[in-house]
Amino acid sequence: MTTILEMRGITKTFPGVKALDDVDLRVEQGEIHALVGENGAGKSTLMKVLSGVYPAGSYDGEIVYNGQVTSFAGISDSEKLGIIIIHQELALVPLLSVAENLFLGNEVARNGVINWPEMYQRTDELLAKVGLNEAASTTIESMGVGKQQLVEIAKALAKNVKLLILDEPTAALQENDSQKLLELLLELKAQGITSILISHKLNEISQVADRITVIRDGAAVSTLDCRAEEISEEHIIRDMVGRDMEHRYPERQRNIGQPLFEIKNWNVWHPEHKDRQMLRNVNFNVREGEIVGIAGLMGSGRTELAMSIFGKSYGRNISGEAFLKGQPVNLSTVDKAIKAGLAYCTEDRKELGLVLEESIVSNITLANLEGVSRGGVLNTAEEQKVAERYREAMNIRTPSVHQKVVNLSGGNQQKVVLSKWLFANPQVLILDEPTRGIDVGAKFEIYGIMNELAAEGRGVVMISSEMPELLGMCDRIYVMNEGELVAELSAEEASQERIMSFIVTE
Amino acid sequence: MTEELSKSKAVRQKSVGEYFAAHLREYGLLLALIAIMAFFQVMTGGVMLKSVNITNLFLQNSYIIIMALGMLVVIVAGHIDLSVGSVMGFIGALAAILMVNYDWPLWAVFPVCLTAGALIGAAQGYWVAYWSIPPFIVTLAGMLVFRGLSLWLLEGQSVGPFPKEFQLLSTGFIPDFMPESMSASLAETFGARRFNTGALSLGVIGSAVIVYLGLKKRARNKAYGIEDEPKSFFIGRNIIVIGGLLFICFKLATFRGLPNVLVTMAVLTIAYAFLTQSTVIGRRLYAVGGNEKAAKLSGIKTKRLTFLAFANMGMLAALAGLIFAARLNTATPKAGFAVELDVIAAVFIGGASMSGGVGKVIGAVVGAFIMGVMNNGMSIMGIGIDYQQVIKGLVLLAAVIFDVYNKNKQG
Repeated sequence: MTTILEMRGITKTFPGVKALDDVDLRVEQGEIHALVGENGAGKSTLMKVLSGVYPAGSYDGEIVYNGQVTSFAGISDSEKLGIIIIHQELALVPLLSVAENLFLGNEVARNGVINWPEMYQRTDELLAKVGLNEAASTTIESMGVGKQQLVEIAKALAKNVKLLILDEPTAALQENDSQKLLELLLELKAQGITSILISHKLNEISQVADRITVIRDGAAVSTLDCRAEEISEEHIIRDMVGRDMEHRYPERQRNIGQPLFEIKNWNVWHPEHKDRQMLRNVNFNVREGEIVGIAGLMGSGRTELAMSIFGKSYGRNISGEAFLKGQPVNLSTVDKAIKAGLAYCTEDRKELGLVLEESIVSNITLANLEGVSRGGVLNTAEEQKVAERYREAMNIRTPSVHQKVVNLSGGNQQKVVLSKWLFANPQVLILDEPTRGIDVGAKFEIYGIMNELAAEGRGVVMISSEMPELLGMCDRIYVMNEGELVAELSAEEASQERIMSFIVTE
Repeated sequence: MTEELSKSKAVRQKSVGEYFAAHLREYGLLLALIAIMAFFQVMTGGVMLKSVNITNLFLQNSYIIIMALGMLVVIVAGHIDLSVGSVMGFIGALAAILMVNYDWPLWAVFPVCLTAGALIGAAQGYWVAYWSIPPFIVTLAGMLVFRGLSLWLLEGQSVGPFPKEFQLLSTGFIPDFMPESMSASLAETFGARRFNTGALSLGVIGSAVIVYLGLKKRARNKAYGIEDEPKSFFIGRNIIVIGGLLFICFKLATFRGLPNVLVTMAVLTIAYAFLTQSTVIGRRLYAVGGNEKAAKLSGIKTKRLTFLAFANMGMLAALAGLIFAARLNTATPKAGFAVELDVIAAVFIGGASMSGGVGKVIGAVVGAFIMGVMNNGMSIMGIGIDYQQVIKGLVLLAAVIFDVYNKNKQG
């Protein structure tokens, strides 16, 4: 077997974080090589280094492709050599036709005038190769995600692909579409095209992969050869999560009381694709003083669950019942949800949580302006007092509460978001990835705040992709997979391996 | 410890310069207005600041300023309204038809016209807010529709003249409420033909209120440790503002006193400054423009706010239409033509951001005055309308480039 690609000692640092630490990856000619690891382990970063998204010079280490040391200044350099990456979010223009998309930036043209007959003919050939029975003039918009994925692969073929990289290609696909895609990968392999497959679905990986490299915390921990022997999923999972608890969690007195908030038979459909059900018969509850975790991959429906509960901020045709302290509660608008005692801290601070160009003060009081006004007129002195109180309680590091939040660090921004919701005085807080993108010290502080909230008898729901933090913080953990809660584990029962086994097996 | 101390000292020493840099836009705007006025005062050989011309300035620009208040609200909410010129013309025409052809009394014409304006704004706001149709398109359509409807209503003719009382809306002055003997003696002192002591005393009262409120705010900020402008800036700014106010009131007193529209404008400006800066609705408005999704997830009814912003704009455009018609004493199909551009330009010169969430009422008003003073000054100088357009366009571009440059430098 000849080696098509070798990445040697790749190290990539972002400000404050080492995303990749001396990673080696060797891919053989004509194999399907799977790359597995937790969210944030560094798989995507490694592939971005390979495809030139992070240009040469922004990382250490070297890339050897077809026996030659190469360096890419941009994505077009790697594409010239036949290295094509298909990202999780597809890069197709919805309103253009299949043919136009396949040759986008690479049009069949002479002197800038497109030769449509030839372009359509070549499109038909490519579509036949990927087994897609669609006219070349069909718009992307009118196809399902599964077919769009095939168009992406056809696009790669149009660029004369040698090494195809697929980042979670089946994450958004239905079962039979996924199966079709995997079969296509095997067919391409027969034609001599090498693939790197990033996926969380271990059953799919064991179906097609020749070898598996496991990435954990920015390092390649093992490469397993599936051709030599059967590799068990347990083995892969152990390699994926096998790390020590690296964060510490503040001590907490558990004092769990009556059921506080409950959701029954919650069903939600996609806001645009009418027939796509995003959440299926979800039931969950949280008690007074309890911290409940929701584990699952990004895209498994966790955020959709939280937002659909919080004033129907996501989805359509929402059905199901909500109870607060045993009483049915109306959560049909955000306003009503807040008044009922709910708060939702979004995972996307900058897009959904903060008004970045406004001051800390106005962000903190935004969800409860009634609390600092009388007859609709703001009492700015009172507002200032409130902001100073939270600045102290939350330890928000800033020269002044009149600072714009855009100038704060991630951790301090998150504390502003938390302050905003605490000032609204909720009974139930849903925290969506409350520690994403913030440093270890700030994480510890936020864990402390969560514990305090629980100690005051509030219910806390924590959504997180980081399993150690769920295990360290929660009294109970639900596992979400493809829009359903597939497991409920008590703190004693839960372990990373168990949670992972519910996530990776369908 | 010593390092900490010296650091904080350095910060304090730097703060005056830094404060100026951080608030360059606000002071710059005021200074620009003064510089432009001074420039035209020289270039027009002193005509600019004559009593009659100052009075004219207010009469000419009142309707732009009134609409700029509404436009600021719309732009802060992250939208735009291109229809205001047409709506203004349409309401002027409506008022004319009601008064001249149907002999409606004033007390009926006013509420009907203002309500009609609010309904027009609401109709446009409905599509923007609840159907997410881009405001550019909705109000472009509105601009065409109401231009056409004005023509239809007036049947292509000018309709007028209006009852005397209606004209007072624009051409009337606040009568002198101080003793006549006092005014007579003051007129003699200043060598003026007449003197409206009431106008000057209102200026003095206004100045006193500005200083009192400013000091009160400073005291409160100090008590709460809020960062405030340095003392020198506070004093300097107040001297300029009060000096300007007293100067204008004095000049107006030596002519015919305070125009009714000036008072209308001043009251509305104060009301909208209060609304945007000190009320819950105002705060929510900035949040909607700054980050609509975050505002929505904070329980703010973003759609309703957008709807109200447009309805409010329609009502102010109606008021502007009445004032404009009263000033010309006739309603013409051309009334309000291209005025939306002056209004929008005033708001952007005043520092508002196209993307929403940024901008102040006082800025929009000063921006409108900058445009008005340039129009007025260039006309007196006899500069052709062709060059006037070019220069106004360049000033707008320069103001916005200055904003962007400033922001990039800070960021």
